[in-house]
Amino acid sequence: MAIESDVLVVGGGLAGVTSAIAAAREGADVRLLAHKKSTLRQASGLIDGLGYVPPRTPQQEHADYISQQRQDFRDVRGERGDYRGPLQTPYEGIDALPDAHPYSILGADALRDGLALFDDLVGDTYLGSHTERNALVPTFGGAVKPTARYPRAVAAGLASDERPMLLVGFRSLTEFDAGMVADQLSAAGVLFDVRGVEVPFAESFPTDTKITRFVKAFDHDERIEGTPARRALAEAVEAYVDDAERVGFPAVLGDDNAAAVRADLGDCLGADVFEIPMGPPSIPGLRLEDRLFEALDAEGVRLETGVPAVGYESAGGTVESVIVDRMGSDVPYAADAVVLATGGLVGKGLDSDRDGIREPVFGCHVPHPEDRYDWFVDDAFGDQPYARFGVRPDASMRPLDADGEPAFANLFAAGAVVGGADAAREKSASGVSLATGVVAGRNAAIASRERTERAGASP
Amino acid sequence: MAPTVVVIGGGATGTGTARDLAMRGFDVTLLERGNLTHGTTGRTHGHLHSGGRYAVSDQESAVDCIEENRILRDIAPHCIEDTGGLFVQLEGDSDEYFREKLDGCAECGIPTDVISGEEARRQEPYLTEKTKRAIRVPDGALDPFRLAVANAADAIEHGARVETHAEVVDLLTDESDVTGVRFRRQGPNYLGEGSEGDVETIEADHVVSAAGAWAGQVAAMADVDVAMAISKGAMVVTNVRQIDTVINRCLPKDEGDTIIPHETTVLLGANDEPVDDPDDYPEEQWEVDMMIDVASEMVPIVENARMIRAYWGVRPLYDPNPGETEDTGDVTRNYFILDHEERDGVAGFTSVVGGKLTTYREMAESVTDHVCDRFGVDEPCRTHEEPLPGSRDQSILEEYMDRFDLRSPVAKRSVQRLGDRAPEVLGSEDPNPVVCECEAVTRAEVRDAIEDVGPDLNAVRLRTRASMGNCQGGFCTHRLGAEVYHDHEASTARDAVDELYQERWKGQRHTLWGRQLSQAMLNHMLHATTMNHDADPGLRGDTVDFAAFDAGRKTDAATDGGSTNGD
Repeated sequence: MAIESDVLVVGGGLAGVTSAIAAAREGADVRLLAHKKSTLRQASGLIDGLGYVPPRTPQQEHADYISQQRQDFRDVRGERGDYRGPLQTPYEGIDALPDAHPYSILGADALRDGLALFDDLVGDTYLGSHTERNALVPTFGGAVKPTARYPRAVAAGLASDERPMLLVGFRSLTEFDAGMVADQLSAAGVLFDVRGVEVPFAESFPTDTKITRFVKAFDHDERIEGTPARRALAEAVEAYVDDAERVGFPAVLGDDNAAAVRADLGDCLGADVFEIPMGPPSIPGLRLEDRLFEALDAEGVRLETGVPAVGYESAGGTVESVIVDRMGSDVPYAADAVVLATGGLVGKGLDSDRDGIREPVFGCHVPHPEDRYDWFVDDAFGDQPYARFGVRPDASMRPLDADGEPAFANLFAAGAVVGGADAAREKSASGVSLATGVVAGRNAAIASRERTERAGASP
Repeated sequence: MAPTVVVIGGGATGTGTARDLAMRGFDVTLLERGNLTHGTTGRTHGHLHSGGRYAVSDQESAVDCIEENRILRDIAPHCIEDTGGLFVQLEGDSDEYFREKLDGCAECGIPTDVISGEEARRQEPYLTEKTKRAIRVPDGALDPFRLAVANAADAIEHGARVETHAEVVDLLTDESDVTGVRFRRQGPNYLGEGSEGDVETIEADHVVSAAGAWAGQVAAMADVDVAMAISKGAMVVTNVRQIDTVINRCLPKDEGDTIIPHETTVLLGANDEPVDDPDDYPEEQWEVDMMIDVASEMVPIVENARMIRAYWGVRPLYDPNPGETEDTGDVTRNYFILDHEERDGVAGFTSVVGGKLTTYREMAESVTDHVCDRFGVDEPCRTHEEPLPGSRDQSILEEYMDRFDLRSPVAKRSVQRLGDRAPEVLGSEDPNPVVCECEAVTRAEVRDAIEDVGPDLNAVRLRTRASMGNCQGGFCTHRLGAEVYHDHEASTARDAVDELYQERWKGQRHTLWGRQLSQAMLNHMLHATTMNHDADPGLRGDTVDFAAFDAGRKTDAATDGGSTNGD
């Protein structure tokens, strides 16, 4: 028998999960296909809404050719233009965004709805829903950044909290130096005392032990040279706590038992303990992934992993099925409506070669300059056209073809496959996934219902 | 008192010349406007020529190449990977030229070995099925960074002074004769001395310009005309090493047809296109495409490889007979000592121009001989027999792999890079984690480099290869910054991070498609989204109204410990 569902979601990241649950809550029977590990392990686990409106560079101001001439990085930095922000709330910048931005297309309410759904899914493991205001969270790069929701593990580190702070790094972890982060936070003008210290910890582990090994040691409170891991860390740190009321660590403090790890450390140190999210593999991102997959299960969404979508079948402008590669053979998954949530350039929802950019599953139109030397600007942190690549949606999140018409009546898009946002500079990646996910999921459920009704009405 | 000589240029030729002069007893100061290898040396293909390439068209250069090739294998084995080279003849390529190439090599004393297409493909399985025959030659891969650093280090050992970030802005003259130089500091030198904007003068008995592609500009400061015939060449870097041998196409027209394995990557290149200004010339898309297309004819898999960046260099060519050659590809690769007293009536000044990375030592020897002659110094050259620092004892490789508790490929590679300096650099009890995973560069190496060159991460990169792999610094730029912080202020370290990140971006722009575009986006997300390095308030001097943001709820922290699943 053919595999059928009301709504088929392709992609297992934040946008895919959001749209699947939004569709399920509209009463649809939903199936979600995830190809491989989601990009959540590369994300910080913070849920950004909108933190900045960054400056734009009109295309005509791009240089005619790339010169070998070297430009001083300080000049590059100085010419970057003025950011609006950090925004006190994600909503106050939406009006200033370009027309093609998903927030401009969907309106602020889509972001509100997306955040509300997220709050509901993660329960008290995330904070920030008590206010519309952004929180400023210290980053492992030594800056603070505005975010809408943050894991409980991060809470005690907020930069608007004025309690004195100690940051701790492990000498054998190279990802950051706690002293440098502390000095940079001071340079950013934070209103509390902050110090950093690098301590020896678990140096009996082999050099270049993976981060997940530390996580496991904390989770199970493994003995390290005879001392349980949590106490061993507390002993390495306690001499430095002094008058600090909160102590921050790289985000490796356990996975399943993370709260207990923090509580134990906090008891030993007499301070609140928090984590600073780091780069891949991101432990807060992995914890969020677990939480989201539990939510899928609770909402009755069927989840299949390890199955890439490779194509589709359509009839009369409607997608009939998605072709899925199962162990090397092509299997059609029929659905009344489909949500494309395959990710952007990182998640491989967008593919490219020397000649152009493609959306590989449905061949959706991805507007981009013909000359690939117009895909970028010279400042690495400038207004990069490539960062805004993706499908262009209508207000119901249907991808549009080159003529501005919906590519298919029942195909919706969500997350980073949707273009128009400068998510990295705006600090809007998660918010775009949530807002587009909610709208795409709901509309997919409605499209499915309407199709069923039409089918029932005809003989 | 020893005569004083100023050498302008910190590339292979300049550092080699400083070394040779210092070894022969001169009081030497080397001035380089950037860090060492800042010019062409840092932007070469890294080809240790056998001479085969020039065996038909430019035999004088070919003979120099094979002689120097042999010498470098003796004095700088730690800078060379002995890959061997092949000149491949594909179906349809001229038999006559293949014969000429063989004869030319024989005439120049370059050992060759003709092998069948099948045998060539056994050696290099990714060579095209259209490979008809190949000529084996003793080509290799030469690490220009280690080479220049080793020369500079040895020059210092012999009493020379090396000034980096010191740009010569004028030649001091008396009547028309050169009597010294005036230089302006672009920043502190590698010892941290001086600061940006300082202008200093050095009186010298003689000035040697080894400024390569910039030799014309230096000569102009003494009103001397040196017409360089400089040309640019593009090189494209892939992320995997599909070949282990230097592959050349056996054709007379030879733009972009050399593929050279370097460490974990392969370099494709290079074209040959005249330019006017060595500091400002276009880097063009068609050049990148051409490198890929030409290389793919020999090694088809290259077309689908991940290209991680492209870079351009300028050849310091000098055409002694301008007007006789039609394009820069035909300009001799030979080198010239321009005695400006004899040539232009300007005493106290000599330029060394033209040449190849492979022949840098011979160039240095010739110009040093010339200077010795000027001052009646009767000291013989020893640079062809004195090994460069770090090269003396390869056997310590194995020993230090065990001793330093490093994963063996890491240990092998860092000890290879460090040569006999390994014990000094790696001999610490502290943990020595990997900082750059793509290139397996450890903290000890990075800190050693920072100690030598200061907080300049581009200079650290050139010494250690950190940030030169797949991710192009995406995953290690900030880690390198943390190592800078070990010895410097946070603001200095933060600037170093920005500088390296922007520098790495420059090269990636040219290969921004496929997996490298995905990587660029991932890097962008990590540095802009996760770190907020683009809008960093500490750097941009923004005043943040912290009180206007969420400060958390007091109750949340208090109840934190009560939840067992909360994270």
